Amino acid sequence: MTFPFSAIVGQDEMKLAMLVCAVDSSIGGVLVFGDRGTGKSTAVRALAGLLPKMRAVVGCRYACDPAKAGGGCDSCAGLRSGSGGRLRSHLIPVPVVDLPLGATEDRVVGALDLERALTQGVKAFEPGLLARANRGFLYIDEVNLLEDHLVDLLIDVAASGENVVEREGLSVRHPARFVLVGSGNPEEGELRPQLLDRFGLSVEVRTPEDLAARVEVVRRRDAYEQDPAGFVLQWQREENRTRKRILLGRSRLSQVEVPQPARERASQLCMALGTDGLRGDLTLMRTARALAALQGDSCVADSHLRQAAAPSLRHRLRRNPLDDAGSTVRVQRALTELMGSA
Amino acid sequence: MNAAQAAPAEPSQDAALVAALFAVDPAGLGGVALRASADPGRDQWLALVKALLPAGVPLRRIPLHISDSALLGGLDLAATLQAGRPVSQRGVLAQADGGVVMLAMAERLSAATAARLAAVLDCGEVLLERDGLALRQPARLGMVALDEGQEDEEQLPAALLDRLAFHLHLQSGIPDSSVYWSRADIEAARLRLPNTGIDAQIVQALCATAQALGVASLRAPLLALRVARTAAALVGEAIASADHATLAARLVLAPRATRLPPPPPPPPDTPPEDADDSTQAPDDMSEPEPPQDASPEPEAGSEGYQALAETVLAATQAAVPAGLLAALQVGQASRARAQTAGRAGAVRKNQNRGRPIGARRGEPRQGARLNVLETLRAAAPWQTLRRRTRAEPSFARPALVGGPRIEVRRDDFHVTKFKQNSQTTTIFVVDASGSSALNRLAEAKGAVELLLADCYVRRDQVAVIAFRDKQAELLLPPTRSLPRAKRSLAGLPGGGGTPLASGLDAALTLAQQVQRRGDTPVIVLLTDGRGNIARSGAPGRVQANADAIEAARQIKNAGLTALLLDTSPQAQAMAQTLAQAMGAHYLPLPHAGARQLSQAVKAATGASQHGY
Repeated sequence: MTFPFSAIVGQDEMKLAMLVCAVDSSIGGVLVFGDRGTGKSTAVRALAGLLPKMRAVVGCRYACDPAKAGGGCDSCAGLRSGSGGRLRSHLIPVPVVDLPLGATEDRVVGALDLERALTQGVKAFEPGLLARANRGFLYIDEVNLLEDHLVDLLIDVAASGENVVEREGLSVRHPARFVLVGSGNPEEGELRPQLLDRFGLSVEVRTPEDLAARVEVVRRRDAYEQDPAGFVLQWQREENRTRKRILLGRSRLSQVEVPQPARERASQLCMALGTDGLRGDLTLMRTARALAALQGDSCVADSHLRQAAAPSLRHRLRRNPLDDAGSTVRVQRALTELMGSA
Repeated sequence: MNAAQAAPAEPSQDAALVAALFAVDPAGLGGVALRASADPGRDQWLALVKALLPAGVPLRRIPLHISDSALLGGLDLAATLQAGRPVSQRGVLAQADGGVVMLAMAERLSAATAARLAAVLDCGEVLLERDGLALRQPARLGMVALDEGQEDEEQLPAALLDRLAFHLHLQSGIPDSSVYWSRADIEAARLRLPNTGIDAQIVQALCATAQALGVASLRAPLLALRVARTAAALVGEAIASADHATLAARLVLAPRATRLPPPPPPPPDTPPEDADDSTQAPDDMSEPEPPQDASPEPEAGSEGYQALAETVLAATQAAVPAGLLAALQVGQASRARAQTAGRAGAVRKNQNRGRPIGARRGEPRQGARLNVLETLRAAAPWQTLRRRTRAEPSFARPALVGGPRIEVRRDDFHVTKFKQNSQTTTIFVVDASGSSALNRLAEAKGAVELLLADCYVRRDQVAVIAFRDKQAELLLPPTRSLPRAKRSLAGLPGGGGTPLASGLDAALTLAQQVQRRGDTPVIVLLTDGRGNIARSGAPGRVQANADAIEAARQIKNAGLTALLLDTSPQAQAMAQTLAQAMGAHYLPLPHAGARQLSQAVKAATGASQHGY
């Protein structure tokens, strides 16, 4: 039983970023960096309880979407030929998979199923965490402490959406499209720019300074620990409302209009900030659109761009030695120059 | 004198109390960071904890460089080979479920291990994704981190410290506290704990106290709350009250204080008995005294939480280590150091000595360790075939009956790849312009050769960048080859302008390459600091200097260790400014010979490694 997402006090930017990713998974995930004891991992684990269920092919090891089970997945192809071309589907919870530190490569990418190989002499593929996370979330706590060789794997798979395994005489490829969620404390070290780039959004969390908020955090946490079931029940209504918001957002997403001036502004902003590549531009647009959908607006406006700019761009800025200001400040400054102060 | 040494010895009663509270709820309170030398006092305290914990509770010791398979669990080699199928083995953490683990030499714990421990403390279970196993095993446990650190910098990783309720500094022996609590008391308290309530105002009082003392993490008040509840359970009270909150604040919040609260403004509408309190407060602050039990005690229920908060704060404040103020005055320096130490963690992460980073085909010789799992995986597909060949007798080999369950051949052997020790790469950036006389160059060459000779032993590398005329040139890419270094240095020409900024840029680029490889770069700049060629290649002292300072700041921002050797006859202001911008050690060495030079560099690189 996890702490309810809706019961998290404050941390609005973090919560919004997670909801935005739940609305549009193509945004690519969230990196949450910040102080200790701010409930970073609580929020991610809480998200798991909040996500609406998804439809998946019965028996598919990668939980493929029945609507798109056309190609690419061997598991679905096998099922299809076995059942005369028809696939059954069912509703399952969205996987939120933990990638713990100390995980070994064979468990992350998948490997030869040792048990079956030894006892039955069968060469079978045992899917790893990347397979389990397909269509869901892959969460790495203390992401900056992840071993380098695992980071390399992730960077590759997160970009291609496909996991290619070539080991022990196995040759397997399977879909591995997931929302990458990472959390960490900047003091433990920084992330490689390539990995940073795989996170669609990045948010910075700080401990609340306001006493009332701090008291409320401790009080709710304590209430939860004393009686988890009761606490979850108490927040159920609020959780349902948030879940409904996600569903509504998803259904509106395709209808949200992105006018040409908004596209231009987004590009101008990226150019002014000198972000590398087009991913910043793309993420900014998608985030603004998902925000509009989430907030019930039919058209992307400046207000959405304003809100989306810092989380989608702040981790893509080049370090500027002449500018000691944090990247958030730089994004805000560029925003003000472009659109005037809010 | 540092804060830790200046701190007064923890009243031994507190030490006994901490042991008792911890024994009641090890998993809930996270644990104890026990700063003490390995002396009888510490053994006594540990014996006390052991005596108080209920019989049969597991106690495990975790050595400093524990491997992941031992810590988290993995494949059981012997059982797997015997059974012919994978058999898992629990790690120390899972074995200690419901009990306590002791972390030896915790001040040297790596950030990586600390993060694994922190995850277990947070979730109460071990999440295992290793060696083909995917398991969730319960691991609700408390930790005693044995910290033998002497200096302030030698400390538990902050991630772990944050999760342990008690930070206990043990300096003198402790009295036999079995007079106070017995194992039976602890067991009774354990039963009472789930039903122990808490006064609603205590949450506020603890949060306010934490904030006033500058304790940012919200885990601290939460842990204090649990301690208050545990304390109430220990003495058999149904509801934790102000006393317990005060105690909790003293034990949990005071050692975490980063500042003393501002003197409270005289409250405009305070009841008369509180007026005494507020006049007392400033006295308390100017001279922290040992905690007094006689602190005035308002009826929390009627006075509101503010009065309670003040009481708790006053009592806690008295328990703030006396060294804190002094430490804060030395102040920003030590904090800045702590930060660089944190940044060094990024590099250190790559240094993780002996962390396995995968496996490759090979034989377990010359210290390589056999990776059983990968070996079995390699062998597995062939088992049927091999059994068949075994069953058919041939000339060379008679049929075996009842052979091994798994036939493993030499080709199957896989060994674990370990991350190598991180090496230091010293990057010499030599000013070869006309302003630096030619003999500087000769000295630099000599120093490089001396260092290289040393590097053969230490397996470190050296690179040389020279800048002169209009640009910088990488004369010697990182190497530990002596002949190669000599060859490329022999052809180093001198004279021309001083493109200082270009030299620094080249050094930064190279240093970052070195870092990406997982090694630690150290930049050694030999110059008089008088640049006269700008980045663009245009002459002009003003622009050249501005560019150089900017390049230097970039080096500082990258968190690199650097050393500036001022080679001019008199110490140059510009060189000092440059060193400052670069965050470099500045050493005026007007007549340094090659030998002195190499010594200075060795001292600097030694310092950069000492941080580990």
